[in-house]
Amino acid sequence: MKNRSLVSIDDFSTDEITKILDLAGDFEKNPSQNLLQDKVIASLFFEPSTRTRLSFESAVSRLGGKIVGFTDASSSSVSKGETLNDTIRTVSNYSDLIVMRHPIEGSARYASEVAGVPIVNAGDGANQHPTQTLLDLYSIRKTQGTLDSLNIFLVGDLKYGRTVHSLVMAMSRWNTTFNFVSPEELRIPNEYKLYLNNLGLKYYEHSDFTEIISKADIIYMTRVQRERFTDPMEYEKVKNVYVLKNSMLENTKDNMRVLHPLPRVNEIDPDVDSNKKAYYFEQALNGVFTRQAIICSLLGLK
Amino acid sequence: MKEPKQLSVSAIENGTVIDHIPAKNLFKVIQILGLDKIDKLTTFGTNLSSSKLGKKAIVKLADVFFEDDDINRIALVAPQAKLNIIRDYEVVEKSIVEVPDEIIGIAKCVNPKCITNYEKINTKFKVLSKDSVSLKCHYCEKITDQEHLEIV
Repeated sequence: MKNRSLVSIDDFSTDEITKILDLAGDFEKNPSQNLLQDKVIASLFFEPSTRTRLSFESAVSRLGGKIVGFTDASSSSVSKGETLNDTIRTVSNYSDLIVMRHPIEGSARYASEVAGVPIVNAGDGANQHPTQTLLDLYSIRKTQGTLDSLNIFLVGDLKYGRTVHSLVMAMSRWNTTFNFVSPEELRIPNEYKLYLNNLGLKYYEHSDFTEIISKADIIYMTRVQRERFTDPMEYEKVKNVYVLKNSMLENTKDNMRVLHPLPRVNEIDPDVDSNKKAYYFEQALNGVFTRQAIICSLLGLK
Repeated sequence: MKEPKQLSVSAIENGTVIDHIPAKNLFKVIQILGLDKIDKLTTFGTNLSSSKLGKKAIVKLADVFFEDDDINRIALVAPQAKLNIIRDYEVVEKSIVEVPDEIIGIAKCVNPKCITNYEKINTKFKVLSKDSVSLKCHYCEKITDQEHLEIV
């Protein structure tokens, strides 16, 4: 994987994904090493994303690397009208690897074509966010001991949710059964159903998840946002249907874990937090190990 | 008696005739092939009746021959176009255009939030379907279909 970029999860083969997850496991055991001692990592956040940025910066800092960059476009030369091409070419000269977050779709792919160093896509608009997908895979594998033949429930906004789409595409490599739970207006787009059909994978769509979750290995929660609804009445009708409460977890499997890409608003009741099946904060920690594994793989250090 | 004046479109000795272009897309074909800048004898005819297309257009080019890769660029706007290669006033070869597997720098990405609509970048698409054209953007990964197809 040396000198490659990570723009989309599809850029990596199943073997390569497995290698990154294994390496993330090594970093979990030993997160502070001096692997990046003489490396400079550029962190270019053309739009703010505090959580993702801190996770990357923590990953790099624990490995002894230096970080240069900016945290939003207004404090960079972009505000003077510089093109992405020029910014990336320039920063390539100053760094060994570029982590970038950008509101425009396809910006990371383009950057990977003009940069002289590997690009890690930390989100390009509504398109891809592959490091999130890898940390989701890591969290699923760690809690279930395998990625093979699991039953995954995806809940909430399945229409616009970028993390949901990438996770479905990625998990489809491991014979997954999918249960899609969402309001009518936010159902999973047809292209993903067609994709699963072609692979012969099973999926089910539901408008309510209260009783059926007893079969789940993973419940992946997402936020249902008011602004996604054309009719505010529709939102009022469904807003409480997709809220997970502790009492609902009673009949779920022992191995079942609740994941959420965070930030959450009200879709997981705080009373779930103390349940051992709540895994979303550990999931966020796993992001650090996964990003350490990604950066070291692309730099050819591991 | 005076002969009525008429414009004669003479047969070409050597060159290419592109037939079965949908009339509404003639100017797109001209643009894609750069025929507006060509210095060879060229004849365009449009709104000719066609049983297949309703109204069709035709282009006759003297002393011009295309490579497959070049001519296939018009497949997006003239999928049923037919080529007649003329040598010494005879049609020596007939061929049809074929939609290529990859389209570079012809179509515009339908996604307004795509980087190709912000910076000066050659667009690039993978062709997912050739019958009713469906293109997947190499950059933003969104699909542009026949209905939303725009030529840059």
